[in-house]
Amino acid sequence: MFITVIQALNEGFLQTLKLFAVTLLGALPLGLVIAFGSMNKFLPLRWLSRVLVWIVRGTPLMLQLIIIFYVPGMILEENPWAVENGRFAAAAVAFILNYACYFSEIFRGGIEGVPIGQQEAGQVLGMTKSQIFFKVTLLQMIKRIVPPMSNEIITLVKDTAIARIISWQELIYAGYAFLKGSHGYAGLFWPLLFTGLYYLAFNGLLTLLFGWIEKKMSYFRS
Amino acid sequence: MEVLRVENIQKSFGKTEVLKGIDFSLNEGEVLSVIGSSGSGKTTLLRCLNFLETPQKGRILVGGKVLFDAEDKAKQSDAAIRLNRLHFGLVFQQFNLFPQYTVKKNVTLAESLFAKEKIKKEGNYKGYTHLREAYAAIDEKADKLLEEVGLLAKSESYPCELSGGQQQRVAIARALAMEPQILCFDEPTSALDPELTGEVLRVIRELKEKGRTMIIVTHEIEFARDVSDTIMFMDGGVVAEMGAPSQVIENPQNERTRAFLSRFNER
Ligand SMILES: Nc1ncnc2c1ncn2[C@@H]1O[C@H](COP(=O)(O)OP(=O)(O)OP(=O)(O)O)[C@@H](O)[C@H]1O
Ligand SMILES: [Mg+2]
Repeated sequence: MFITVIQALNEGFLQTLKLFAVTLLGALPLGLVIAFGSMNKFLPLRWLSRVLVWIVRGTPLMLQLIIIFYVPGMILEENPWAVENGRFAAAAVAFILNYACYFSEIFRGGIEGVPIGQQEAGQVLGMTKSQIFFKVTLLQMIKRIVPPMSNEIITLVKDTAIARIISWQELIYAGYAFLKGSHGYAGLFWPLLFTGLYYLAFNGLLTLLFGWIEKKMSYFRS
Repeated sequence: MEVLRVENIQKSFGKTEVLKGIDFSLNEGEVLSVIGSSGSGKTTLLRCLNFLETPQKGRILVGGKVLFDAEDKAKQSDAAIRLNRLHFGLVFQQFNLFPQYTVKKNVTLAESLFAKEKIKKEGNYKGYTHLREAYAAIDEKADKLLEEVGLLAKSESYPCELSGGQQQRVAIARALAMEPQILCFDEPTSALDPELTGEVLRVIRELKEKGRTMIIVTHEIEFARDVSDTIMFMDGGVVAEMGAPSQVIENPQNERTRAFLSRFNER
């Protein structure tokens, strides 16, 4: 029984990891794009970015997920998610969009947080814009971004469980299945509790990683 | 010999006229101190000289060469401005050292990047054809500059490990590294605890003795009187009075200068 459960949980965890990884890969660059949009001098673009961020951050991820999964099927001829891996794709789109908006605010804070004097000091020393960005401000931005980013990423690990609402079979789904009935078992509660250990272990690892990165940059204060 | 000539510099932010036509000139090796009450445009003037602000009117000439002419937009390309800047150095009130680099790297960074670019593009920087030789020379110069400001022993420290006075002295060494013809200071001691201003003022005095051309915005009237060849009193975006310290400070002609100085004398 134990082996069966662990195998099922491993499978669920793999799916959780997949959603986690794809969300990060998509949301980090998209977040940067939205961040630049929300700092753009061109007013319509700035407003568009900020309204998007406001809507996405102002509503529950679960609702966004439901809308993204169900609404296209209701208004289009054909449900675009009715394909193999459609549930995963829908979840990935919702998570990427949601996290990109959170990340964009973190990026913006990091970029705007570097004092303008740093840029000006580079300018009066005759440095070019790109030299100033890469040699002066970038590392200071990263130092500002890492702590809030690590919080957000650890939240993402746990948020992946929300994808269960559209029957995406992630870790909690796998654990819960043993309570409802699956693999010939029903009424097993401990597998569900056991999923907690997976989250704890993974987040523990991430915490160590981010702690290490922060320590690497602790030699300077800005 | 005249090194700097500023003609009719006018600068507004939106509707606010901050500089309303500034004219002056400065000879090589001379020190000009700029005094005046808060908001009179002193910082803005220095920022115009360092091309951090673009005046709407006027010209800036260094060594007879026109560096800035508000009428001539061709001179205002990023590349042109960047090279023009090198005639000036600026020491900020808040130091603005690069926190992630050691003291030494703060001093060498800009010139190293410049040398690297020159050697890549033109095969030559100050006669050095190899990057390694250029870096060695830049390094050696940094040591000399840090020695000058009394911080050679702190070469490998990071800015956050230094006192404000030490940070400002590093900032002075960093500005000197690019060998500016005219070094500008914007209230270099205003962000310092009173007991730390002395060490910074001493360094500036030594620079004066070595014949550096400097423009110093300051509220340290005593210091300005001692170190300057000329004092400029700014008021409401114009030069209200300008002349030798003995004239402007001891015997001001302008009503506003007198009012401004009397506030200092009361202290
Ligand atoms: N970027 C800006 N945008 C709008 N107004 C500005 C800007 N920079 C300066 N000003 C205005 O210009 C005026 C002069 O400012 P400036 O900083 O040059 O004065 P200052 O003589 O250096 O004063 P202080 O002694 O307080 O440093 C002030 O009224 C200020 O509000
Ligand atoms: Mg000022």
